[in-house]
Amino acid sequence: MGAPLLSVEALTMRFGGLIAVDALSFEARAGEITAVIGPNGAGKTTVFNCITGFYRPSEGVLRLTHGDAANFLLTSMPGHQITRRGKVARTFQNIRLFAGMTVLENLLVAQHNYLMPNVINGLLAVFGLGGHGRAERIAIEKAKLWMHATGLTARADDPAGSLPYGDQRRLEIARAMCTDPELLCLDEPAAGLNPRESDELSNLLVRIRDGRDVAGRSSILLIEHDMGVVMRISDHVVVLDHGRKISDGTPAEIRADPKVIAAYLGEGDEDEVAA
Amino acid sequence: MAYVLQQLINGLTLGMIYGLIAVGYTMVYGIIGMINFAHGDVFMVGAFLSLIALTLLSGLGVTSVPLALALTLVFAAGIAALYGWTVERVAYRPLRGSFRLAPLISAIGMSIVLQNFVQVSQGARVKPMPELLPGGIPLMNSDGFAVQLSWMQIVIVIVTLALLAAFTYLVTKTPLGRAMRACEQDQKMAGLLGIDTDRTISITFVIGAALAAVAGLMFLLYYGVIDFYIGFIAGVKAFTAAVLGGIGSLPGAVLGGLAIGLIETFWSAYFSVQYKDVAAFSILVLVLIFMPTGLLGRADVEKV
Repeated sequence: MGAPLLSVEALTMRFGGLIAVDALSFEARAGEITAVIGPNGAGKTTVFNCITGFYRPSEGVLRLTHGDAANFLLTSMPGHQITRRGKVARTFQNIRLFAGMTVLENLLVAQHNYLMPNVINGLLAVFGLGGHGRAERIAIEKAKLWMHATGLTARADDPAGSLPYGDQRRLEIARAMCTDPELLCLDEPAAGLNPRESDELSNLLVRIRDGRDVAGRSSILLIEHDMGVVMRISDHVVVLDHGRKISDGTPAEIRADPKVIAAYLGEGDEDEVAA
Repeated sequence: MAYVLQQLINGLTLGMIYGLIAVGYTMVYGIIGMINFAHGDVFMVGAFLSLIALTLLSGLGVTSVPLALALTLVFAAGIAALYGWTVERVAYRPLRGSFRLAPLISAIGMSIVLQNFVQVSQGARVKPMPELLPGGIPLMNSDGFAVQLSWMQIVIVIVTLALLAAFTYLVTKTPLGRAMRACEQDQKMAGLLGIDTDRTISITFVIGAALAAVAGLMFLLYYGVIDFYIGFIAGVKAFTAAVLGGIGSLPGAVLGGLAIGLIETFWSAYFSVQYKDVAAFSILVLVLIFMPTGLLGRADVEKV
């Protein structure tokens, strides 16, 4: 399969005395959908927060290797650089759109680095200079392609906050894709969707992985509770429990692993650690 | 009738100046939720920079008034922008993520620093400045009272409107403005989309300071006298204007500025000049009690 895109090596995250992630190692390969699953409190979102620079890991290395062999240590980059140079995009468990801005504007904000390479250029744009008009047209074109791919074209000028829930979820993904990521990290994208919407979502994610009928492609790292979605679209599944990896393999392997079944059906110990 | 018209003209002109300062308050509040109490003093610094530039230019023999004004405007706005950048970098950025009151106290400190700096370096005495553009257009003459629209007022109104239009365009239509609005709503998310939030905040301060400096130039031209203390009163009035219009709202700041300018002028004209500040600040109290979100303020967007 593909080359390793993200290597998580002995990642450990402690909050005071609590170990949320404990010496976790796994790989997400290019061109694949990698799912991270596990019971509530297993440390999945903590892993995401480390990858996207929200948390500084207590120990361990996060290495990102692009297709062109460019190599990044995510653990030593400021947040906006992880997006800009590392090309990692993410969505959240709770929707974090810019609710007061329109759908189109949300997608344009995501292309900020392209539209405004530096401050001078940003100020020149007031006078229509610095190639602003042309850059803006290209950015709008790209936004249109993503709106089309996510079925949001008709809502382009509506405030993002006024969209129905399922549309907001898709808009988040479209917005993340507008940053041209190599790795798209999705935190429970199917949460709260009805069966038809989660089918559409699965379909969209597969298309993004394959670069089919959409304006760009990206490898995907996915946290998801909806096992239907996970088993249908993942190429590779990592199972966490209490911050440790308990299993790692293809969906079929995971389904048959007794340790996974035990963790999900439980030995009756409810974990209170925040996910 | 003539008297009312004259007051209306005066009030609108003054209101424009307040509006220009208020924009700085409202932008900074919008983006980092902090009242930049040093903003009024940046306005004062801008007025002094303008005075220095105009004196220098007349010393150098620049006689063309439009040229002198344009050069002064660029000079004052540019240097004041540096002040704005420095204030943010030195006094506010290190405190980001600290408790809410810390940058506020730091801002008050910065305000005192700027005031004292100008007092020491420029002297405490009032600085006069000869009228640059005397005369105007007589509009009406009734019962021996001549209504006049002075050239100065025309310049102030045109420059202010042009700047506000450019700034509104910047905020609503350009990538920089979108980045500002994105930071306003969710700084962390903006960062995740590749926006350098620290830099965006710096630019907001820089632009706010440049607009305040232009207001300082207008103030100098309009009143003809400045001292190191003008920043406090004008700043608090502009702040009142921003609150009245709805803090965080750009058109609100301009509207609030015009309202404060008109209230102050009409109060001075019909009641008492001594109490004009009382009138303006009573408005602040009333607005805070009865209309905390202001004229055009929006209630906080509920996070889903």
